[in-house]
Amino acid sequence: MRIRLFAAVAALCLSFGAEARTVRWSASGDPNTMDPHSQNVGTVTMVLQQVYDALIQRTRTLGLGPGLATRWEQVEPNRWRFHLREGVRFHEGQAFTSDDVVFSITRAKQPTSNFGIYVDTIESAVAVDPLTVDIITRVPDPILPNKIASVFIMSRGWSEANGAARPQNTRQREELHTTRNTNGTGAFRLSLREPDVRTVLTRNADWWGWREEGTGNVTEIVFRPIASDATRIAALLSGEVDFVMDPPLQDLQRLRAAPGVGVLEGPEVRTIFLAMDVARPELLYSDVRGRNPLADLRVRRALYQAIDIQAIQRVTMRGQSLPTGTLFPEQVNGYVREEDVRLPFDAARARALLAEAGYPNGFEITLDCPNNRYINDEQICQAIASMWTRVGIRTRLNAMPLGPFFAKIQREDTSVYLFGWGVPTLDALYSFQSLLASRAGGQQGDGIWNYGGYSNPAMDALINRMRTETGDARQDAIRQALHIFREDVPLIPLHHQMIPWALRTSITIPHMANNQPYFRWAVVN
Amino acid sequence: MFAFVISRLLQAIPVMLTVSFISFAMFTYVGDPVSIMLGQDATEAERAALVAQLGLDQPFFVQFLKFIGQAVQGQFGLSYRLSRPVAELIAERAPATLELALCAAFIAMAVGVPMGVYTGLYRNSILSRFFLTFSLIGVSLPTFLIGILLILAFAVGLGWLPSFGRGDVVQIGWWSTGFLTVSGLKAMILPAITLGLFQLTLIMRLVRAEMMEVLRTDYIKFARARGLSNRAINFGHALKNTLVPVITIAGLQLGAIIAFAIVTETVFQWPGMGLLFIQSVGSADVPVMAAYLMLIALVFVTINLIVDLLYYAVDPRLRIGKGAH
Repeated sequence: MRIRLFAAVAALCLSFGAEARTVRWSASGDPNTMDPHSQNVGTVTMVLQQVYDALIQRTRTLGLGPGLATRWEQVEPNRWRFHLREGVRFHEGQAFTSDDVVFSITRAKQPTSNFGIYVDTIESAVAVDPLTVDIITRVPDPILPNKIASVFIMSRGWSEANGAARPQNTRQREELHTTRNTNGTGAFRLSLREPDVRTVLTRNADWWGWREEGTGNVTEIVFRPIASDATRIAALLSGEVDFVMDPPLQDLQRLRAAPGVGVLEGPEVRTIFLAMDVARPELLYSDVRGRNPLADLRVRRALYQAIDIQAIQRVTMRGQSLPTGTLFPEQVNGYVREEDVRLPFDAARARALLAEAGYPNGFEITLDCPNNRYINDEQICQAIASMWTRVGIRTRLNAMPLGPFFAKIQREDTSVYLFGWGVPTLDALYSFQSLLASRAGGQQGDGIWNYGGYSNPAMDALINRMRTETGDARQDAIRQALHIFREDVPLIPLHHQMIPWALRTSITIPHMANNQPYFRWAVVN
Repeated sequence: MFAFVISRLLQAIPVMLTVSFISFAMFTYVGDPVSIMLGQDATEAERAALVAQLGLDQPFFVQFLKFIGQAVQGQFGLSYRLSRPVAELIAERAPATLELALCAAFIAMAVGVPMGVYTGLYRNSILSRFFLTFSLIGVSLPTFLIGILLILAFAVGLGWLPSFGRGDVVQIGWWSTGFLTVSGLKAMILPAITLGLFQLTLIMRLVRAEMMEVLRTDYIKFARARGLSNRAINFGHALKNTLVPVITIAGLQLGAIIAFAIVTETVFQWPGMGLLFIQSVGSADVPVMAAYLMLIALVFVTINLIVDLLYYAVDPRLRIGKGAH
């Protein structure tokens, strides 16, 4: 491995003169695998999107731009046609053809892949000729391009030769070749992989995209995870690391003041909210007997209006949040600004609503909260618990690590919980179908994170319209659904997370709301 | 002798079984590996399928017996988090932890013993008082705080030493060592001090108390009466006699150092077994956690066994006692 690294570095030095431009990058978590279709989590994608390309790539503004496909069109309602880029080669030399696309989409559809959500409507992919692929869907799918932008393309020959035609299966006893090896077409190639220690990527000089405008000059990326917040920041301050993706909020002030280090601020496509059990006849972990106060819209509004979101933004989040009244931020397709209005903070109104609903003395409730999942999650819950208690809803806080937390809410063993939701497809449907569709709904992905049991036939109908309709009709369905969301308060929205990045001032890189660094656009001075 | 070893080994079996049972029982509460493995888009059906595949739907005792059956053969399965064989992962991380533990133990002995001797001999000197105050810090400050303070001083402030990681390592067979490169040695300093500080102060205080005890005994007085030099008395006679309990404690503490390296490894992002364990806890990676706890239990059992055997070899009374029965 080591020798391979030296060889790669030596080769680079030759091809670029002595001009090595290295970015030393750190974050708290290491990618669990190098397999592009196994785990759909940010820590894996942040490395693999440097190495692998998709047919369609995200632009700097998170729009859709040409990737391995130069253009695409919906030739029939159920058929999308992709015209592939010519002359692309994988890092190990194989030529890229339509057969690799067919293979990769089939691979992402395997039950052992976590990427099913991106290919859920796909019936099959068919190679028309070496540079044309048709994707046939079971139903008309207007947002297929948004989804296909998350499916990385592998080489069929390489994968099959290495016994990796399917993503890792946990029943296997052997490690899969793709767990630690890659062969993409992307801007960087993986030259060293030591899990949890370091991952080194070197520039792929043959990448098709370097010719395009605005690309950067990075020749090498060294990623080293540092789990401890204090150590990660110390490493940045001491000059051992150039770029930290997840600096703790309490250190931002200090980082801004430090010489040679800057903070790059921007929003993330992730919305934090409170979900409530609105379905059970009797609430768990409460002193109310025989009924469920949260099933009453007035109580939900009381809980909503008791929250002073400005105080949370100012004190708990230190300014690093965007308070919201809707389900997803403006980067997501379908966002409607007029519906992004919060019910105002009004403790007196909250008390009045509770009295009106028959709880003049309030009631007891337990708020479940993760303590290591979202930015300052436990502190947000603490603030909300005291705000609710002030209007008479005596709130017990139950904060726990994400493992037990997810297990608990998935048993539906909860009354109210804090949750966050990112939108990788950048389309409204993803949020609606997972969070607000009825759980008993027939389609895959319906209500899979709707543990409060919200069910509204009008909402379900609108979600079904989002699935198949296009253009204005679809936008209209989303607008109506957002309006129901605002009126019916199935969830109490809090804010969109901000994700500050901390980096040395000698480096420029565009801040991306999907919390992904695109080193192809990074410049080192 | 043989019977003694056999009886000790037999005693170790229930200890190992108990540890494995407790750790295995604990894991049913650390959370759900399935939701972490499947990601946020999995459906109920996918979840149920994975649960069945991992055997998590079987009764607790069936799962436990299966686990024991495989553990006996050294099979701990595939890590849920990293999709790699657990035994391989642990073997890969063990050198980092063992090198760190050995360095920490070495620092503790090499510094702790002379400091203990000095404070035992010159009880009232200013330097002794300084050492004792310093040792109080070592005992009372939590490890992670010491680590962060050292990073702040020597990495951020002075910029002399790296704040994290192991530096460059050299592979010798399956063993990766940091002793052969400059960056590896530099990276070792701060974590080893952090990990060894508590043991250092413990050894220093132990040596000091033993020295004071021994210096009061008759044979030291006789030695002085014979006109032996101070140096011969202090080091040739007194220190030698204090070392028996010190070596015992240091040996037993080596197990503790390996086990407690978890905190130091987390602070310094030291790629050893402790860090692996912490990362596994975060994602409910049961196979890795179970294997790690079993290994630590095995280390303790082995060290205890060796210490028992050493007693047997060193202390003739043990053997005579056995013979008289």
